[in-house]
Amino acid sequence: MARTELVVLGASWGGLRAIGIVLGGLPVDFEAIIVAAQHRAASSTDALARVLQNSSTLPVRDIEDKEALVPGNVYLAPADYHLIVEHGHLALSLDARVQHSRPSIDVLFESAARAYGAGVAAVVLTGANADGADGLRAVKRAGGFTIVQDPRTAESPVMPEAAIASGAADKVLPLSDIAAFLVELCRTT
Amino acid sequence: MNEDTESLGIDLLLEGIHRHYGYDFRSYARGSLTRRVRHRAREEGVQTATALLDLVLHDPSVMQRLLYDLSINVTSMFRDPAFYRVFRERAVPMLKTYPFVRIWNAGCSTGEETFSLAILLAEVGLLDKTRIYATDMNDAVLERAAAGTFPLEKMREYTGNYIEAGGTRSFSEYYSTGFGGARFNRDLSENVVFAQHNLVSDRSFNEFHAIVCRNVMIYFDKQLQDAVHDLFHASLVMFGVLGLGSHESLHGTSHADDYEELESTARLYRRIG
Repeated sequence: MARTELVVLGASWGGLRAIGIVLGGLPVDFEAIIVAAQHRAASSTDALARVLQNSSTLPVRDIEDKEALVPGNVYLAPADYHLIVEHGHLALSLDARVQHSRPSIDVLFESAARAYGAGVAAVVLTGANADGADGLRAVKRAGGFTIVQDPRTAESPVMPEAAIASGAADKVLPLSDIAAFLVELCRTT
Repeated sequence: MNEDTESLGIDLLLEGIHRHYGYDFRSYARGSLTRRVRHRAREEGVQTATALLDLVLHDPSVMQRLLYDLSINVTSMFRDPAFYRVFRERAVPMLKTYPFVRIWNAGCSTGEETFSLAILLAEVGLLDKTRIYATDMNDAVLERAAAGTFPLEKMREYTGNYIEAGGTRSFSEYYSTGFGGARFNRDLSENVVFAQHNLVSDRSFNEFHAIVCRNVMIYFDKQLQDAVHDLFHASLVMFGVLGLGSHESLHGTSHADDYEELESTARLYRRIG
């Protein structure tokens, strides 16, 4: 099995808290790159990175187009752009919303699968729509590892349930266990 | 499908388009481009980029549709209102010092940004002595841009942006309805020249006091971005203004030292080298 180089997180309704909990459980020497897409209003500002920085020992970055990806850093999709992973760096796009969302979790996950293949671990967290399910399938197809938050621990179970229904979930975990599992995954694979 | 096979297929598709039609997408960022190619292949009823290449080579109408997919950049009026606010506060006073102002709106797509700039310039009394060169590689979107008609259902969002951007009038003064959308007043585009220009392959065509190119280069790879920055640098007067998208920066480009930020929150730069 390939080593996990890149962790992608997708969250919607209730996601700020959920992403905060996952990031909060990752140690300062966590070695994978982390890229997260959180649905939010198109007009929202970059305050999200500052909020999440409060719960994480890893640096949480406001991103620039073509920014280089550095292991142990957290990259957050800006409001109203799709965030795309290329090999070694990020790219942005203003293509149409996918399932009413920009950033789209599907777009992020599919690009991660394309660029990092089996080196990806993808996590679908709380949310009130079906974004992420197609992306999770793409990650799985490319040989990556897929994790879904246990819907019973989600503020909104719809998105995790859709992800599980896609049949692509390798592991369904309560929110509180996801960070520890990612640490283990990045260590053993 | 194996990702490497797809990647190879896309290389061949782009090479074929370049050799046969002259459009060069080879230096476009691959993530977005792959998504757009997959979409076009699906729409044309084929599975792979190489099957799409076969169609493209033998049917120019497929090329037209693919060209549209690959070159269209979604935009909106007064997107990122803060950019326009800072443009008004910081760039306009500098532009006012010139007897005649030339602005290049590069990659103008369907014209939302061009008309936003024209409205801003009209409100500060600069439009009459300004010529805006609005360029795009795609003729079809230029035609739409020149028509200056945008979807009526967008006007509520655009009005909000306009107010936030520091607009001083009532936004609805600028358009009339009943032409299949909101049709913007002709006097806004009187001094606008819509022209085809391809940032990938065409050269500098004038010297400008401001260049606005927002969220266009995000679709380019780093090398092509550098080449376009060479082009802009060569096309901008000393102390001219360069406006980029809200998550684009000069950092890491070959011209990072040739500009200073006009304000840290908006991606507005002034050429100093």
